[in-house]
Amino acid sequence: MENVMTEINEAPVRRGVPLWAQIVIWVVLLALLILVGVTLNKRKQGTVQPGDVIPNFTLPLFEGYQYEGQAEVKLADFKGKVVVLNFWASWCKPCEQEAAELQEAWEFYEPTGEVVFLGADYVDTEPEARVYLQKYGITFFNGPDMGTRISQLFRIQGVPETYFIDRTGTLRYVQVGPFSSLAQIQQQIDILLAE
Amino acid sequence: MNRKLRITHYAIFLLLILAALIASPAAAQDTNPPTDDEVNAVAKQLYCPVCENTPLDVCPTQACAQWRDLIRLKLSQGESEADIKQYFVENYGARVLNEPPREGLNWLAYIVPPLAILAGAVFLFRALQRMKKPVVAAPAQGQEVDANVDDYVARLEAEVKKQK
Repeated sequence: MENVMTEINEAPVRRGVPLWAQIVIWVVLLALLILVGVTLNKRKQGTVQPGDVIPNFTLPLFEGYQYEGQAEVKLADFKGKVVVLNFWASWCKPCEQEAAELQEAWEFYEPTGEVVFLGADYVDTEPEARVYLQKYGITFFNGPDMGTRISQLFRIQGVPETYFIDRTGTLRYVQVGPFSSLAQIQQQIDILLAE
Repeated sequence: MNRKLRITHYAIFLLLILAALIASPAAAQDTNPPTDDEVNAVAKQLYCPVCENTPLDVCPTQACAQWRDLIRLKLSQGESEADIKQYFVENYGARVLNEPPREGLNWLAYIVPPLAILAGAVFLFRALQRMKKPVVAAPAQGQEVDANVDDYVARLEAEVKKQK
């Protein structure tokens, strides 16, 4: 019998996946799950929210739409001023609905020197963008959102979208979609100017 | 003599005009605008930056038409395919490329699928190996073998029979 048991013990043993390989597999799977979770969570968040401090960003400017001769501007350049950041594109039909009102608002506030309008041209081609700017007589500072870096920073959902940033660099209001009137734009700016 | 020289000059002059006329179509050919096929060859390597998962060559939106026009313009200016793709990446981000650049987390897109297939193949191979029946001693004549008998029991029985 002893002999039998010995032979049985010597029978080939099924070997599973080594422990180290199991650990590696589970760690990799966990890391992938976390990555997918973080990405989905970011997408679900929507745009940046009022109350968020906006990190500094750089907007290159189209020739003819420059700020004090500078080829690009930074948000930090406008500390102490109210900033109205509008995302638009020449192919965007709803953007056309608010283009004239935005320009009117800019002309209204420009002499005060307390408000700055910035246009970020979202995934567009420059020739068409220029045609659009000329068509609506837009004169405020405008430039391409290179590599969609600024729109990613604001996590925009589409165009047009407009962000009102107060004198301290904090986001105070988000307009998703076009403005319906000049008064709507002025209302938001006046609240920030009154502070 | 003078007359002969003049005729020779005229002949050379005419030849030069003729050569210019023959050469001009070739020169014009170089400045021909790019064909739709040439534009689409570049466009199909790029994706519409605003409408997800739509290659630029088949995208029906106005924005995509503008981008195809831009590709046409850049090709006519002599820019290479690589230059145009680089321009699109700089302006609209790397997501416009049909293949993500091999850098950073993008490597996951290249590494994970083959690794998953490999792991699956290994798992399948091992599972198939386990499904193979172990070799046991042949049962005695007339003895029925229970198909559901455990492998271990079968081998144990075979060993006990050998000892008898």
